[in-house]
Amino acid sequence: MRGRQALAAIPYSRFLGVRREVERDGLVCVLPFRDDLVGNAALPALHGGVVGAFLELTALVAAIDLVDSDRVPKPINFSVDYLRSVGPRDTRGRAEIVKQGRRIANVRVLAWQDDPAKPVAAGIGNFLL
Amino acid sequence: MADETQRYALTAFFGPARREMVDHIPHCRRIGMEVVEIGPHRAIVRLPFRDELVGDPARGVVFGGVITTLLDHAGGLAVSCSLAELTPIATLDLRIDYLRAAKPGLALLGEADCYKVTSHVAFVRGRAWDVSQDDPFATCVGTFMLGSNPRESPMLRALREQQAKERP
Repeated sequence: MRGRQALAAIPYSRFLGVRREVERDGLVCVLPFRDDLVGNAALPALHGGVVGAFLELTALVAAIDLVDSDRVPKPINFSVDYLRSVGPRDTRGRAEIVKQGRRIANVRVLAWQDDPAKPVAAGIGNFLL
Repeated sequence: MADETQRYALTAFFGPARREMVDHIPHCRRIGMEVVEIGPHRAIVRLPFRDELVGDPARGVVFGGVITTLLDHAGGLAVSCSLAELTPIATLDLRIDYLRAAKPGLALLGEADCYKVTSHVAFVRGRAWDVSQDDPFATCVGTFMLGSNPRESPMLRALREQQAKERP
C-alpha cells in the first residue's frame, strides 16, 4: 500500500478529508478547513486534537511509504508542539523520516498554513513498521 | 495538590455529565464527545466508537490521533477545573504513548489530572481505556498555557452565564 492509497483506505483520513499534493520540494498532506473541526469558535481555531491527529496522519503516510506490506505501521508514541493557533484555512504538513531502522521509523512533521516559515505545529513520533 | 481551601471557578459544574463542557465546541459535537465526570483538577470524557474514526481498517482500531483529541480535551477540562477564575487556555504540547490497540467497537474513555499550576503554565497527565481503567491503551503528558488568548470562547461565555445563574 502506498501513502496515497492509504489516505483513501483509512476511514479517519476520509473523515478529515486529508489529501496529498506534490509540491516543488516534495509531498505534502493537506487538511482542508471545515467548521466541524473547530475547537474554539471565537478565534476560530481548529481543535488541538484535530491538529495532532493531522500531524500523526501525515507521519503515518510517510511511514507507510517505507513498508512493502499492506500492514499499517503502528504508532508507539507521538508528541505534538502547538506553536500558533490554527486558523480557518487549509493546513499543510510535511513529514521527514529522521531514522528508518529495521523495525522502527522515527518521523518528524511540520505543519503550516500560509507560510512554511511560520509553522503552526510540530510533531515527532516512533512507528513500528 | 488537593487543597480544601482552594477555590475553583467551575465548582458549580463539578459532577457527572456536564454538557456545557462539550456542547459549545463544534468538533466535540461532531464526534459525539461527552463529559462523564468532572471535579477538582480532573476530568473524564467519553467518545463513542464510530466507523469513521478507524485508522487501521484491517484491525478496526481507532486512529491514534483520535486518542489525541480525547486526551487533549480531557486535559483542557482538568486544567480549567484547577483554576480560581475562568481563563482561556491553549495546549502547548502533548505526548501520547500507545500502550496497545483500543478494542474495536468500544467507546473510548479518557481521564486527565492537572497536577501542577504555575502562573503561566499547567501540567497534565492522563490515560485512556476501553474496558477497564486499570488497563489503559494510552497514556499522555501535556502542558497548557494559561490566559492564552484575550477573546472569550463560546464555551467560556456559556459557563460564565451559567455560573451567574447558578450562584445563590
